[in-house]
Amino acid sequence: MSMPIDPRSLKKRKNSEGQFKALSFMAISVAGIFLVLFFSDIIRKGYTAFQQTEIKAVITYSQTIFDNPRSALDPRINPLVSRGVTRILPMHLRENPQLLGQTEEFWVLANAEVDQYVKGKPNRLKPNEAALVDELLAEGTIKKAFNIGFFTNGDSKLAEMAGIFSAAVGTLYVLCITFIFSFPAGVMAAIYMEEFAPDNRIMQIVEVNINNLAAIPSILFGLLGLAIFINFMGLPRSSALVGGLTLALMTLPVIIISTRAAIRAIPDSIREGALALGATHWQLVWDHILPLSLPGILTGTIIGLARAIGETAPLLIIGMVAYIQDVPRGLTSSATVLPAQIYVWSSESIRAFTERTSAGIIVLLVVLLTMNAVAILLRNKYERKW
Amino acid sequence: MNRFLNKAVLVMALLLVGTGMAHARDQIKITGSSTVFPFSSYVAEEMGATTKFPAPVVESTGSGGGQKLFGTGIGANTPDIANSSRRMKDTEFEAAEKNGVTDITEAMIGFDGIAIAQNKDNAHFDITLQELAMAVAADVPVDGKIVPNPYKMWNEINPNLPARKIVFYGPPTSSGTRDAFEEMVVEKVCGKIEGYEKGYKKIRQDNAYVPAGENDNLIVQKLTNDKDAFGIFGFSFLSENSDSLQGTAISGVDPTPEAIAEGTYPISRSLFFYIKNAHYDAIPGLKEYVELFMSEKMIGTDGLLKSIGLVPMPDAMRAEARQNVLDKKKLTLESLKKK
Repeated sequence: MSMPIDPRSLKKRKNSEGQFKALSFMAISVAGIFLVLFFSDIIRKGYTAFQQTEIKAVITYSQTIFDNPRSALDPRINPLVSRGVTRILPMHLRENPQLLGQTEEFWVLANAEVDQYVKGKPNRLKPNEAALVDELLAEGTIKKAFNIGFFTNGDSKLAEMAGIFSAAVGTLYVLCITFIFSFPAGVMAAIYMEEFAPDNRIMQIVEVNINNLAAIPSILFGLLGLAIFINFMGLPRSSALVGGLTLALMTLPVIIISTRAAIRAIPDSIREGALALGATHWQLVWDHILPLSLPGILTGTIIGLARAIGETAPLLIIGMVAYIQDVPRGLTSSATVLPAQIYVWSSESIRAFTERTSAGIIVLLVVLLTMNAVAILLRNKYERKW
Repeated sequence: MNRFLNKAVLVMALLLVGTGMAHARDQIKITGSSTVFPFSSYVAEEMGATTKFPAPVVESTGSGGGQKLFGTGIGANTPDIANSSRRMKDTEFEAAEKNGVTDITEAMIGFDGIAIAQNKDNAHFDITLQELAMAVAADVPVDGKIVPNPYKMWNEINPNLPARKIVFYGPPTSSGTRDAFEEMVVEKVCGKIEGYEKGYKKIRQDNAYVPAGENDNLIVQKLTNDKDAFGIFGFSFLSENSDSLQGTAISGVDPTPEAIAEGTYPISRSLFFYIKNAHYDAIPGLKEYVELFMSEKMIGTDGLLKSIGLVPMPDAMRAEARQNVLDKKKLTLESLKKK
């Protein structure tokens, strides 16, 4: 046992270890730098959207509103107020005739140009309007307030009114459908493959295909969804139902793979113990395998769903990337989702949408981070070492 | 646990049955051109906000994609309106007719200029349509022979132009903007140069022309970084970004709303939408939407759509377009061929 160790060789090995360490550190640093750049860019562009400029305005309800809704406002501030405020007045007055002749004082939305001016961003306000805004700011009748509308409004062409509410509800609908269809099917498929399936050529082919499906580009699922759900089954285009089903197809392989991994991690002694005590195979699965593998299954499911939330490519094909203003009233009515909303805003020509695009991305990132954090928490809390 | 399982199965079965049933639709569905999309969705929102009808759903699929969906047939699962940044093609009309969509009305809404924009810090650029065509076409005549476009620099086309690299960021093949650009620039020049007969319209595919997706904002961003480059996009993007971009004059005419409406700026096009008349009875609000779109409030000379980049038609033309729509004038193959 006297292998002479050449001191030079030791030094060489130490050196290469040092180089390897340095390279690995560089790799993680580069990744970290990009992440920081991305986050800081998005946050820098987007944080201003969480505040919105408002103007204190007196609204006079008179007959002239029906012909010219803008006449309800003081002519001085008229050009500064969002059209979204005045255009609903005729209908409002028609429904509430007792308001005729009265005045009300509100904080109303300023238009996007005023908003961008107050936030110090590029805008197209005329010099005299800008001077007026400065004057009103000094008076205290223009202020920035927390942008509730961003969370309670649907999409709008008026940048100051655009919000993520209908997209958020659409995302929720789609996610529910995705979960309802992919979770039971995925878990049952995995149980069958792990516990009941014979080990033959057919099952090997199925297994290879499932692994393959988990890796194919998501846009192909969109084409599949278009062919099956819309063209063949006749389900309505752009609906949350079709979107959810399409994303369920996409999520299914992820759930199957993670469930199988979770089931395989359970030691055979549990199986053998249960069977030795006379449990049927069904009892073994239902009472032992499933409860024990549930944390792993849920972690995989959440990660699969998080991927589905961020998906736009397949939804583009089935018509969910569109101008959809209203909150979906059911599974078959048109719906859009958060990433699709972000995409639609990013292609708007009006400048004020830039900050809303970034704000939408921030919201989506927060949702994704929360979901992934829950997945990690679940894993850490319930994971068992055998 | 077993009872829970039974319930879950029942709920899933109910869902499947419930959704498999035919459904009536109370929301207008619109597909088509990304150029008409901002105008169409603006009207859609206005309708949602000021009437009791729900806001229509507007999809931006490109003119060709929209016509394809529009022409798949009659019924709740097909769009009611197709937006288009060019006239319907004969082939599209025939395809629609074959699927039972025979009663279509054409609505012209106004004009859109295609701007050749560049970084604002650059010197103002003024070229002829012919020079532009020589810079973007796939095949060009050199010494009387047609060759694949060899030009890399502007001064190779005309020695009077600056020694500047030819780079364009423009729309991809699926885009109506690109179809229109090919027709209005390359095809128009055909026959005017010796040896360059009719039939050439393709845009070059080397790195001098970079297709930049349907997202015009990307092109705007590229131009602020790349000072050699020119961007090709709808006029509204130029007017929105006038603080960082400038238009290129074609034979001395800058892309301005006046020049586009008068037709002196050569690269401008008409915008349309097509209505499936069979859907008027079945889809609530379709009539109201169409009338709102064609109203003075929207497409008039001081209309709301002007503020977001639509170039309005002259008065007489507007009145005629509106009358066609109100009369539900049936579109025929002959009128499409006539031009």
